[in-house]
Amino acid sequence: MPTYRELLQQVRTEISEVDAPRARELVDAGEPVIVDVREQDEWDEGHIPGAVHIPRGHLESRIERTAPDPSRPVLVYCSAGNRSAFAAKTLEELGYEDVVSLEGGFTDWKRNGFPVELQAGLEASQRARYSRHLLIPEVGEQGQLKLLDSRVMLVGAGGLGSPASLYLAAAGVGRIGIVDADVVDESNLQRQIVHSTERLGEPKVESAKRTIEALNPDVQVVTYQERLTSENVERILADGWDVIVDGADNFPTRYLVNDASVWHDIPVVHGSIYRFEGQVTVFKPGAGPCYRCLFPTPPPPELAPSCAEGGVLGVLPGVIGSLQANEALKLALGIGEPLVGRLLLFDALSAEFNEVKLRRDPDCPVCGEHPTITDYIDYVEFCAGTRETA
Amino acid sequence: MTKVRIPPTLREQTGGERELAAEGDTVRDLLDDLMGRFPALQEQLVEDGDLAPFVNVYVEGEDVRTLDGLETEVRPGSTVILLPAMAGGT
Repeated sequence: MPTYRELLQQVRTEISEVDAPRARELVDAGEPVIVDVREQDEWDEGHIPGAVHIPRGHLESRIERTAPDPSRPVLVYCSAGNRSAFAAKTLEELGYEDVVSLEGGFTDWKRNGFPVELQAGLEASQRARYSRHLLIPEVGEQGQLKLLDSRVMLVGAGGLGSPASLYLAAAGVGRIGIVDADVVDESNLQRQIVHSTERLGEPKVESAKRTIEALNPDVQVVTYQERLTSENVERILADGWDVIVDGADNFPTRYLVNDASVWHDIPVVHGSIYRFEGQVTVFKPGAGPCYRCLFPTPPPPELAPSCAEGGVLGVLPGVIGSLQANEALKLALGIGEPLVGRLLLFDALSAEFNEVKLRRDPDCPVCGEHPTITDYIDYVEFCAGTRETA
Repeated sequence: MTKVRIPPTLREQTGGERELAAEGDTVRDLLDDLMGRFPALQEQLVEDGDLAPFVNVYVEGEDVRTLDGLETEVRPGSTVILLPAMAGGT
């Protein structure tokens, strides 16, 4: 029986090898499929730009997906050129016609000062934490890195913001902003699950931050203990947000969020709840209608009771806020069909979902063809019902 | 006869019913029928003789403003949804 060394010698006589400068020429010419057969931790520390990572143990099962055409040249490498020699032999046995192994491996490549790509890959603990995401082809490592790099701002840390923030944090959204001026009140705890009894009297943004950080240390929480207004909205948006999750409890904030999002081109995941019923939609500037297309003016205050006045079933914001998290994750990942131009209605009593179509209003004063509102207005006054009728 | 979904914010005006049967061939007819029976709905739905801007009516999932407004035809068995704006989130 041959020793490892003898076997390696034997295999090296049966395959083709190239040195680092020659490999560089091949890479620069863009000819070969470059396959890195090292382990994950080695790959994470840097690799040849454009390479595909297939650990040696998965080579046979995964190579076809990466290189379906067996006539296309393949450059395979490891750290020193030994594992890749065996890999090259295997690839030839699988029918690949033009396979070369990098002699001296990635170590020699680096020693020559050739370019190295350092990808911010997932750490081992993240690989474990997000393993159920990594298993989904639509998410995977690239998707998870996208989530870790994404920034979602929540307006309100109440009924809707509670489940939304928890699921976004658990999913690994890298930065979560929370805008809320209130403190935790006993009457919140029937539904606002991001808070707890021991946090009574604490600012909601601080309470939410503590819960989120305990759930997932990967998440950076940015708190704004203030009510969103025309005066502070630009400062808060300047921190850079990819998606806004609107869980506000009043019309002035809803219209303010809408106008700001249109002018800043940020999609808003809108949710609202009352008693047993909730609504969810996505207002994506340019792609669909905005809130003003749906409701050009708010109802007079006496005709629009809030949850504080009319009540809400505790689990309802759990359903609607989770749907908002779902939409926000889809937007951050760029997958699926977000609720753009569609309003989803949920009735908890009948356990029914209904959907209605929303269309852009070409005469919309904010997102229409000839906008008449181009700067922040006095939203409180706008919603106070200054119309003579009603 | 057409069934009209009554949103939670309008149920105080309709005796708590979540769905009401209404008579008529157009959205206007249906609303007139409902407002005749539940006069308090009037100020919730109508402004200056037209549909109030803070309420939407959907027939088969389509906003009647994108169809024929209050003159939009309804058939027996059509799904009609009344939807006023609601802001609650907490």
